Amino acid sequence: MNLDFSDDQKALQDQVRRFLAEKCPPAAVRAVLEGPEPYDKALYAGLAKLGVLGVAIPEEYGGMGLSHLELCLIAEELGRVIAPVPVSSSIYLAAEFLLQAGSDAQKARWLPKLASGEAVGTFAMVEGQGRISADKVHATVQGGKLSGVKSPIPDGDCADFAIVAARSGAGRGESAISLFIVDLTGPGVIRETLTTIDPSRSYAKLTFDGAPAEPLGGEGDGWRIAAQIQDRAAILMAFEQVGGADRALEMARDYALERMAFGRPIGSFQAIKHLLADMYVSATLARSNCYYGAWALASGSSELPVAAATARVSATQAFQHCAKNNIQTHGGMGFTWAFDCHLYYRRSNALALALGSLSTWEDLLIERLRGANTEAA
Amino acid sequence: MDFEDTPEEAAFRTKARAWIAANAPKHLEAELKRAGFASSGVESEDPMAASKAWQKKKAESGWACLHWPKEYGGGAYSPIERVIWGQEEGVYGSLSGPFIIGHGMCGPTVMAWANEEHKERLLPPLASGEEIWCQLFSEPASGSDLAGLRTKAVPADDGSGDWIVSGSKVWTSGAQHSQWGLLITRTDPDVPKHKGLTMFFLRMDSPGVDVRPIKQANGQSGFNEVFFNEVRIPDSQRLGAVGQGWEVSLTTLMNERLSIGSGMSTGFPELFQFCMDAEIDGRPAVDDASVRSRLAQFAVKQSGLKYTGMRAITALSKGQTPGPENSIGKLVAGATMQELAMFALDLQGQAGVIQDADSPMNARFQAMLLRSPATRIEGGSDEILRNIIGERVLGLPGDIRVDKTVAFKDIPTSGRKS
Repeated sequence: MNLDFSDDQKALQDQVRRFLAEKCPPAAVRAVLEGPEPYDKALYAGLAKLGVLGVAIPEEYGGMGLSHLELCLIAEELGRVIAPVPVSSSIYLAAEFLLQAGSDAQKARWLPKLASGEAVGTFAMVEGQGRISADKVHATVQGGKLSGVKSPIPDGDCADFAIVAARSGAGRGESAISLFIVDLTGPGVIRETLTTIDPSRSYAKLTFDGAPAEPLGGEGDGWRIAAQIQDRAAILMAFEQVGGADRALEMARDYALERMAFGRPIGSFQAIKHLLADMYVSATLARSNCYYGAWALASGSSELPVAAATARVSATQAFQHCAKNNIQTHGGMGFTWAFDCHLYYRRSNALALALGSLSTWEDLLIERLRGANTEAA
Repeated sequence: MDFEDTPEEAAFRTKARAWIAANAPKHLEAELKRAGFASSGVESEDPMAASKAWQKKKAESGWACLHWPKEYGGGAYSPIERVIWGQEEGVYGSLSGPFIIGHGMCGPTVMAWANEEHKERLLPPLASGEEIWCQLFSEPASGSDLAGLRTKAVPADDGSGDWIVSGSKVWTSGAQHSQWGLLITRTDPDVPKHKGLTMFFLRMDSPGVDVRPIKQANGQSGFNEVFFNEVRIPDSQRLGAVGQGWEVSLTTLMNERLSIGSGMSTGFPELFQFCMDAEIDGRPAVDDASVRSRLAQFAVKQSGLKYTGMRAITALSKGQTPGPENSIGKLVAGATMQELAMFALDLQGQAGVIQDADSPMNARFQAMLLRSPATRIEGGSDEILRNIIGERVLGLPGDIRVDKTVAFKDIPTSGRKS
């Protein structure tokens, strides 16, 4: 039994951690939060140069050709510093869609650019309020032209292209959905930046009016492929969340050691100590569930759907739990703009919704456990 | 990353599996699968006799106390081999219940602190299950605050060097079945609390020892109260120096933390099955959105414990000492079990109040509801475990103490205010 990463993988993680400690301090996150840029372009270029973006992309497409285990650990480090870069959109999603469903020509055209950071991709499924379902996808492709509105789309205002889920031809429900690659810099696309709870990442409303759309994968296969890729991305996102949870816990712990009240460090009070112990518990459970997810992702196990939902539910809760109690531990100081607590609080709540909300994944988890149970019986 | 054995581990597993297949009491398998809280599930014969028979058989073939040295009746196997054995032993492992405290805590303490003659006398029959041990630590007035114990040992006034012990212990599992007890006493009330303690072992049939079962809140009687009325203990049965009892007790408590498996059960698989079978408005309960949300919460806790256990086994397999992440097991399992039981009863509607043979799953959730408060207390309460995590894992400072530097006799207690 070996439910751990290898020494080589940990060495790579360590290298990425040191790079991010230098290049992505909280000030870099604030610069995006408060400034006009959609993401930290210098940081993104640095990550590309380090090989981080293409770590799981095959060498023939300009990547490093390593496994998704390495990508999991990189995700953890990006989450730890809540990096203001579009890695989740471009790498966990767009690159994975291309790898799993793209034609040779599509892979050759886009993957090297995603690995080098020269291009950014994203994924556009959601259309407004409520839980997503196939029936709620109204965007339509006719005669190779896409029309409809997708919102909120992470990195929609800065991505070069999007993998868009839309209806094409006849059919109902999930089998009516197909995927298309759409150039977001081309004609028929209006992008509006959205105001969100986490401005350290950017979101946009995309309005398509006859935008040229190139099919990705088979017609009617869109929902199935998207579900598969979102499971894979959910595991990577869960690693980001665990990284963020760990950092929020560390911030709270450091402050509890340093802040004096009633003549003693506040960490000596059980009210604070037990709050932090519970944060440690949720972060640890989430980490263990993420390792299960990493194993499923890297081994291509049939348990991947269960593992993805498990990791995702657990990590979403852990990051939200740690981020909110980090503010609580800091007391009034934690609610100031100057302290970094709110950066983690914002990110934890934004990530809780990306790829589908907590209740969506809870539902998926039980549906899948039920399927696994029925199969076993 | 994989769930496979190394070649050496696989070889050990094959060997263990073959021996178990040839020797396990298969006629008890069905009963053992129904094991409930604090019982092996054996009903067709005397459960203690069944436990002792299996332990003796294991000892005769070198499968008892896998982690102990051979000269004391153990198997001298590695920690990871012990884990593999546990996986292979499966349901038969619940027959080991009566020996857990002796093998896991008392034995290692004797091994660390007793002289050679005592070790040779005491450990082999403990390993083979012929003799059972209990741990006489907690008292009515000192649970979490163990060092506040009051059972006193004073030198006999006849010049024999013996000690005379008076007082009482409580929450003593298995005392009624035990031949030996590991006993911590106060020998000096005039020094600070941790400095005045001394550890002994004694025969449980010593004159003046009175074991009385405690009727627990759930109606069962797994624990006892043990009274000591001027019990005489030879000085040769002292472990460690006079006044060193706290240090000796830490050996015992540390060993408690080393017993790891693949995560404690929370009752989730049973709840999931129940939700597949039970109906809400004519549809399976598992179809209900609010049920799903709660189930998912329990599922990720169960899974998190399972994989935390596997990470610990991985560390063992690499020869590392498992990290403090293992201290979360009981903290999570106890609270989850309690919430899960309440939820299962809620799903049964007003009939959830019934605890009889007709209750779903043989009233398992009702029993769980009534037993779970103890899980949150025994072997370190939730609050003590949070202190351990806060102080030893996260490095937070200890609470400010008013009882560490004053003589024990001057510390205010519930019955003696300052």
